[in-house]
Amino acid sequence: MGIVSPGFTGRRRSGTELPPGQYLTREFPVLSAGPTPHVLPEHWEFTVTSETGEKYKWDWAALMALPAEEITKDIHCVTRWSKLETTWKGVSLDTLLADVETGADYAMAHSYGGYTTNVPMDDLLDGQSWIAYEYDGEPLDPEHGGPARLLVPHLYFWKSAKWVRGLVLSDTEDLGFWETAGYHEYGDPWKEQRYAGD
Amino acid sequence: MERTAIRRRLTWQVGTVTDVRRETETARTIVLEVPDWPGHLAGQHLDVRLTAPDGYRASRSYSIASAWSGSDSSTIELTVEQVPDGEVSPYLVDVINVGDPLEIRGPVGGWFVWKPEQDGPVQLIGGGSGVVPLRAMLRSHASAGSTTPFRLLYSVRRPESVIYVSDLKELASSDDVDVRLVYTRDAPAGEPRVGRIDADVISQYAFKPEDGATTYVCGPTPFVETVADLLVAAGHDPARVRTERFGPTGDSR
Repeated sequence: MGIVSPGFTGRRRSGTELPPGQYLTREFPVLSAGPTPHVLPEHWEFTVTSETGEKYKWDWAALMALPAEEITKDIHCVTRWSKLETTWKGVSLDTLLADVETGADYAMAHSYGGYTTNVPMDDLLDGQSWIAYEYDGEPLDPEHGGPARLLVPHLYFWKSAKWVRGLVLSDTEDLGFWETAGYHEYGDPWKEQRYAGD
Repeated sequence: MERTAIRRRLTWQVGTVTDVRRETETARTIVLEVPDWPGHLAGQHLDVRLTAPDGYRASRSYSIASAWSGSDSSTIELTVEQVPDGEVSPYLVDVINVGDPLEIRGPVGGWFVWKPEQDGPVQLIGGGSGVVPLRAMLRSHASAGSTTPFRLLYSVRRPESVIYVSDLKELASSDDVDVRLVYTRDAPAGEPRVGRIDADVISQYAFKPEDGATTYVCGPTPFVETVADLLVAAGHDPARVRTERFGPTGDSR
């Protein structure tokens, strides 16, 4: 299978194990489909809509009042960069969803600006995801998703919806923005699930 | 946001380099013959995979520079700008030759695309090698015989940095296409303005918000951030501004 590229030697790295096909960066590149929305914290609101249509809302003050966690995780973008030990502060989805009555299997994250991405509920709970509002000890920049973004670091980073404004919970799996445009519905970097069918 | 369903399994294919063209000191266009190419939309990209003799592999994504001209066509073009300290781009810019095989898979992407049947004028704004997918849109416009008004605003450092010089001259001769270059470091004789795209340039050369144009902005991240912010500040509907960013943000956080 495959071919050899005549004259290509490549640059091997030792030490850090990255998911297949990824390279290491110290920068923090940006992948967005449109202009960066500039949402002020005082206008920010986060809504969880259950599968029965019940809505649970938090404004910025309510989010700040919840217990926050310091998070240190490696992140992997489908455009092939990985960044190690990024540090964040945010509220666990376990905390936000604790009082939400739901048996839903899927969530669609919705963002200011219209972006959407689908994530199974099993990947949002049990300490796997957060609503993050600080990066590297500073308020999250708008171009990186501030004032708050979803953080699901074990999946490709497009799942970590920037400018998040809500989750819509459902019994059925729908596809989000990049997923509809040909990207994988789940996006596990260690299985290299970049595109549909991978 | 508009949804375009393009979901099918992508497999690796081996293409053969049939031509190479030096565009600038740091950019080269590679013409590939891909026997089973399924076709693509202007603006889509593909993945390139290189394999060393010991099996080590490296992959990167590149925008497709050419339009697809129909079911009998199996030729695609990539234009690659060498990234300082890059792993894959130096091979594509300086090493690969006519007759060599190249593994690719694609096309990918259903958002940063233009289709000839799409309504409304089109504003293209490119910075540096961000012009590559925009050139595919211009080529698609020409090969479809479209009369949709197209405008390209293309920001380059200096005249020698322009990719597709002769191609852009030819495209600009169409009544429906307007090409405007912006020089950020050195301008050619007779061009008084040197500087980045700003609000004045946008208001003078881009379509107005009421023209209902779809705008495609591609370039390095700081360029795209600046231009997209200028467009929104000038009253353009953010939902009609599509962006593609590459490279670092300019800071490390």
